[in-house]
Amino acid sequence: MSPAAYVFLAVILFTIGGVGVLIRRNMILVFMSVELMLNACNLAFVSFARMHGNLDGQVVAFFVMVVAAAEVVVGLAILMAIYRARRSASVDAANLLKN
Amino acid sequence: MTTLHVLANSGTNLDPIYGKVMFWILAVLAVAAGLAMILVRQAVHCALMLAVVMLSLAVMYAMQGAPFLAMVQVIVYTGAVLMLFLFVVMLIGITSAESLKETISGQRLWAALAGLGLVVLLVVSIGHAAIGSAAPQTDGNGAGNMTGLAQLIFTTYVYPFEVTSALLITAALGAMVLAHRERTSPKPTQRDVARRKIESGQVAPEPPPGVYALHNAVDMPAMLPDGTTTNRSVSDAVVQRDVQLGRDPQGRVVADIAEQDRIEAERQLERSAAGRTAPELRPGAGTAEEETQ
Repeated sequence: MSPAAYVFLAVILFTIGGVGVLIRRNMILVFMSVELMLNACNLAFVSFARMHGNLDGQVVAFFVMVVAAAEVVVGLAILMAIYRARRSASVDAANLLKN
Repeated sequence: MTTLHVLANSGTNLDPIYGKVMFWILAVLAVAAGLAMILVRQAVHCALMLAVVMLSLAVMYAMQGAPFLAMVQVIVYTGAVLMLFLFVVMLIGITSAESLKETISGQRLWAALAGLGLVVLLVVSIGHAAIGSAAPQTDGNGAGNMTGLAQLIFTTYVYPFEVTSALLITAALGAMVLAHRERTSPKPTQRDVARRKIESGQVAPEPPPGVYALHNAVDMPAMLPDGTTTNRSVSDAVVQRDVQLGRDPQGRVVADIAEQDRIEAERQLERSAAGRTAPELRPGAGTAEEETQ
């Protein structure tokens, strides 16, 4: 398949992730949707790397993976802290900064 | 290893038709699993759907001449990140049911519309951009995918790579700080526990249903030597369940006590009658009592 097909697939997966962020109420699922968006970006990077015939895109995808791993660790720790304080993992419950 | 090298050296070494078939299978699988992920209610099922998407993407990386990234995707994403997600889901997500009520009215509809708009926008713009066909791979002077990646990471991208180490250390420290629970009160020592027990006035354990009990069911309150019953011997959970089921163990105990009183009174009557007429009838009266019991 041409790289364009992979890029279109990445677009669709990215949008699914974005819609998931918008409609889900559970923080863990919002987080999972963000991961899906990052994966879609990686797919686009790898496709562009193949299109250009060099490896720079793959290196960027590699760095995205590293950053995503660090982000998941901190994000899940924050989620645990919020859950411990409020006994809820719903995004609606965390409006402490509102007032 | 040979497959990896073949894939690495020639980008997509697959026959075009195989590449097409695999792409369509994996694309349909990934999109279906992605849609299921945002629609399924159970958090664990969502995590498993995300695993399907990630594994499909890993195969796609391998098909696109990125075997190293494919392996990293399987090991880091599916192996580590997703397991971390499942771990947190098991810790907090299982019991916290997601309410289906929309807090903002029409939110789902508008989100779906926005997603549709985004897809149309991106597809049209990417369709206008000239995405050529796959260029011949020139990774690392023909040394292979992994060697080429290593050369790039340790030469051109060596500073981002170093910064990554700082990022990872920060993440580890942040996770430790955030997950650490501060103790707001000093830990009670054995001495404190003993003192609190004495001060509460309840040194001995709660009375068990025991020697004087009329029944041995767990929801029966213990009977004390003076004939009264005490609720302290029955667990709150059992009492709640009795209330839910509409049972009244107390009522049965009261009825039993009334019955006992009646028997006692009859005995007294018999005893007094026997004492007046013939005292030696007492053993016979005793057997009669046992029969009534």
